[in-house]
Amino acid sequence: MTTILLAIVIGAAFGAVLDRIGASNPAYIGKMLNLTNLNLAKAILLAIGTGSVLMFGGQAAGLVDVGHMSVKAAYAGVFLGGLLLGAGWALAGYCPGTGVVAAASGRIDALFFIAGGLLGAAAYMVTYPAWKASGLLDSIAGGKVTLGAVPGAEYEGLTALPGDLLGIFLGLCFIALAFALPERLVPQKAAAQPAA
Amino acid sequence: MPLNWKTGGLLLGLVFFLAVWLVKPIGVSTQFVILDGILWDAVNPELVTQTADGYTSTNDYLAKSGGKYAKSVADPLNYSFVFVLAMALGGLVSARLRGGIARADRSVHALWRANFGDSPVKRYAAAFLGGFIVLYGARLAGGCTSGHMMSGMMQTALSGYIFAAGAFVAAIPVSLLLFKKEA
Repeated sequence: MTTILLAIVIGAAFGAVLDRIGASNPAYIGKMLNLTNLNLAKAILLAIGTGSVLMFGGQAAGLVDVGHMSVKAAYAGVFLGGLLLGAGWALAGYCPGTGVVAAASGRIDALFFIAGGLLGAAAYMVTYPAWKASGLLDSIAGGKVTLGAVPGAEYEGLTALPGDLLGIFLGLCFIALAFALPERLVPQKAAAQPAA
Repeated sequence: MPLNWKTGGLLLGLVFFLAVWLVKPIGVSTQFVILDGILWDAVNPELVTQTADGYTSTNDYLAKSGGKYAKSVADPLNYSFVFVLAMALGGLVSARLRGGIARADRSVHALWRANFGDSPVKRYAAAFLGGFIVLYGARLAGGCTSGHMMSGMMQTALSGYIFAAGAFVAAIPVSLLLFKKEA
């Protein structure tokens, strides 16, 4: 029962924050991905950095249980799937989580996104054996690895670096990158000229 | 107007930290499979069946890893599924409290209008196709923006970095190509 209560509290907080930072606004996603307004990218980088510093700092202080970590396997399909997700994300302006939040907040196009998503997930369910047979789901570089071995965690490290200190360091790098990233990367176009 | 990126980023990071501190890292896209499984099982009850030590399925994907997805289909009142329902609730309340989404943006958002006009049908078709590609890709990758990119990179998972590289390598060129006019 406690876990269900936590699901409701943390889930609702996540949905509300996604709404407030503009992540469930497809126009705002489009402006991030066409590099004309990077405020959302800055928020995401800061969030990853903050989460990382708190988590690894908490572990070092003995407050956070490394057993709660859950690391996914690395395989070639991760990159391929990432490419597909990226293309669809740019087209629709939604990813799975933000699509759900957008639909709930009253966006009708997000309902079509979810319908397409359910069909896409079903298509993967029936084509899964072919992917499995292709070998593209086989682990690479050790599979479920973190960049450095985290003390006490069940995952191997890709490098010999201490994983907890590396986590804090990379977290700080993400935070620095959030501050360093400019608000836009492509130059503002001059006002449209009338056709000659 | 969205929150200032510093406040927003800090709050978002706090939510990701709370999740991993109290329960486990956040992830969303698996629940599309679980909902598909629930719907499919309603039509064809043979899909998910109980075994001596858990659940299994006639679908290989639901049956993999000792039938953990099959188990979630059989018992959807679990953390991850309720989490996604709660996200919808949080998004709904938050949007209501700030006055809701402008009527014009509810079907066709401003950036789309500036580039492709205000036909809702065209926009709905794109959102549907995008949804299909996003979830197919997320399941192939084993996670989405939440599970791989945010939770993964936060934990220094190699897979999170591989996923993020793939996602942005595709998303940025596609977006630059589609949305040339600014809203």
